[in-house]
Amino acid sequence: MTDTTSSASANRPEGAERLSEERRDAMRGEPPFAEAPSDDSRLVRALKEAAITAGLVALLTVFFFLFRTDIAVGGLALTLDPALWIIAVAIAFVGRFLLTYFVFAGEKPTIGGWKKVASTAARWPIGKALGIVLLAIAFTLPFLLAIFLPSQNRYLLDLAILILTYVMLGWGLNIVVGLAGLLDLGYVAFYAVGAYSFALLATNFDLGFWVCLPMAGLFAALWGIVLGFPVLRLRGDYLAIVTLAFGEIIRVVLLNWSDFTGGPNGLLGIPKPTLFGLEFSRGEGSFSDFFGLDYSSTQRFVFLYYIILALALLTNFVTMRMRKLPVGRAWEALREDEIACRSLGINTVNVKLTAFATGAMFGGFAGSFFATRQGFISPESFTFIESAIILAIVVLGGLGSQLGVAIAAVVMIGGIELLRNLTFLQAIFGAGFDPTQYRMLIFGLAMVLIMVWKPRGLVSTRSPSAVYKEKKAIGGDLVAQGEGH
Amino acid sequence: MEYFLQQLINGVTLGSIYGLIAIGYTMVYGIIGMINFAHGEIFMIGSFIALAVFLALAALGITFLPIVLLLMVIVAMICTAAWGWTIERVAYRPLRGSFRLAPLITAIGMSIFLQNFVQVTQGARVKPLPPQIQGGITLMDSPNGIVVQLSYIQIIIIAMTIVLMTAFSLIISKTSLGRQQRACEQDRKMASLLGVNVDRTISLTFVMGAALAAVAGMMFLLYYGVIDFYIGFIAGVKAFTAAVLGGIGSLPGAMLGGLAIGLIETFWQGYFSVEYKDVAAFSILAIVLIFLPSGLLGRPEVEKV
Repeated sequence: MTDTTSSASANRPEGAERLSEERRDAMRGEPPFAEAPSDDSRLVRALKEAAITAGLVALLTVFFFLFRTDIAVGGLALTLDPALWIIAVAIAFVGRFLLTYFVFAGEKPTIGGWKKVASTAARWPIGKALGIVLLAIAFTLPFLLAIFLPSQNRYLLDLAILILTYVMLGWGLNIVVGLAGLLDLGYVAFYAVGAYSFALLATNFDLGFWVCLPMAGLFAALWGIVLGFPVLRLRGDYLAIVTLAFGEIIRVVLLNWSDFTGGPNGLLGIPKPTLFGLEFSRGEGSFSDFFGLDYSSTQRFVFLYYIILALALLTNFVTMRMRKLPVGRAWEALREDEIACRSLGINTVNVKLTAFATGAMFGGFAGSFFATRQGFISPESFTFIESAIILAIVVLGGLGSQLGVAIAAVVMIGGIELLRNLTFLQAIFGAGFDPTQYRMLIFGLAMVLIMVWKPRGLVSTRSPSAVYKEKKAIGGDLVAQGEGH
Repeated sequence: MEYFLQQLINGVTLGSIYGLIAIGYTMVYGIIGMINFAHGEIFMIGSFIALAVFLALAALGITFLPIVLLLMVIVAMICTAAWGWTIERVAYRPLRGSFRLAPLITAIGMSIFLQNFVQVTQGARVKPLPPQIQGGITLMDSPNGIVVQLSYIQIIIIAMTIVLMTAFSLIISKTSLGRQQRACEQDRKMASLLGVNVDRTISLTFVMGAALAAVAGMMFLLYYGVIDFYIGFIAGVKAFTAAVLGGIGSLPGAMLGGLAIGLIETFWQGYFSVEYKDVAAFSILAIVLIFLPSGLLGRPEVEKV
């Protein structure tokens, strides 16, 4: 075969090879289907595009802005709100016109296209410094808050605890999705298993938080194995749907098995954690009594804050150490190329199972912390949206990047919380404007925009744990991570 | 026996609706290999548009049912298809060629956005619609009082599903658009080299899937008579389950999977318990996938190195 081609090329006229090479170059990648350049002037073109966009927006929103269905006396009634619709269409028209006329002035923007591979410049020192600064802030946060913002101390501490819970969940899921490349859409199931096993153990057997915590983690890991064993042979997307289904099954069972789980009413009276037997309450034998301090309800929050900080750092520490162990190396190898792994004699099912179980265990820890913080749990806290938020944190943070996950958790959870407080918008849109309604709307939109803006996540450069010869940072675009098969 | 027959009819009706939604999942998955999580929301939007059209027509005084239904279907299909196109354009196309999880996250984001968009603009309360198509054919009337009835709305749903399925199978297998879609499914780069406009083909796939979901949404509205902004999630998950069960990427598989999920759910509900019908459907999915890893009609994946 090679002989014929070489002899054929020998017969070719001069320059043919160069031509074919050029052609090959031109055909590399998907050819752009650029529309034929129109003769219209810029203004006309901008007007045309604006008209098209406005028409589309009009079509999209006609049944949502113009018509509004309301429940009336005799069934449903239709109310018209033409003003809103016309404003939306006008905004679309003007916005698109300005964009086309001024921003995309020259040629049409190339969408997708070939982006430059992330530079191989060492960005890690920045990351490391940032990590240390964040860590320092995290350690001293309760004191910083007490000094600088004493009035909102409780609220901000509570928010910090919430964010750290999500950081921990993100780090836990990062093991499964970011390191092992297994797409898990039902991570909240393990969170729920952890929370419920702690709550049930604590209320039925009168055990404390510190005894139940490892047990809850073990239970969650066990569930991870039980679930993972049959499904981990599946390809990535099947795994995704089975994990999603499993998350739903757990929630439905928790909701309906009333004798055991309390059903939709949930479980009440979950004990608070103690510091070596010292309770955070008023009176004899309490923390404040023992140390001779004045009782303050903030003490409990500070304690909870340090518990979740320790748990989150434990997750991080274990992940970082695991990445240096053979099994961690195998996770990363598995993510990059499963076939190569199998060829090299790695038992992929076992490796996947350990990743799944480890991730589940940390989910379980986070779950029992959640239960003890709330003092009350119900199936409502474990819906699919939670899984989606955790996955979004992991992916937006940059898969496999510990720092990125932490930043993403702060941005996303803090952002949601910020949106709750946008009451000043009422001054603009009138008193009937309820900003909490728009919270998740903006959240969803932000997820889309951040992803489109930075598809590789906020921290998109990361170094593999094992390197051959010299250490290089891998541009995210080069890695086929998250393939899961 | 009578009870069984009645459950069978109900199951097939429900399965038809799932099947129509599942086609959207399976086509999109086949062509660009992503789970379009927002597809369930597309279905929900379709049913809301159908409801608004119905009320608008009623306000205009048009009550002749065939015309009302026809207009509902047409307007819902057009508007929902526009939503499908826009979502693809805004959330998925910029990420084409990116790694696999990126469009999945935008899809989840879109899904959250659409749910809340509808909640904000249309209100969070459940919208009831009194049954519009009443009556039916009594198939069996046993002396012990159990009546097997095939209602007209069920006939319409099943017939419409068959018609749409046939039409779309023909589009996929006979027209040049279908040929382009199949080409893109096999090898996008090669297809584009051979002159297939890949972006346009993918957009049209989303448009087709959304149009079918709109029909499913409208039929859901007519059949159950109750919609809210949250119906998209559970229906979407079930339909995706159906698509996976039938073998993702396969059109007849989606229909078969839809029927299977509909029947499992209905029979479980009829014979065991209402609460655990979702558990039953998902468990069957897990069991099938363990023994038939590529679904009922899916082609086994060939691993290339």
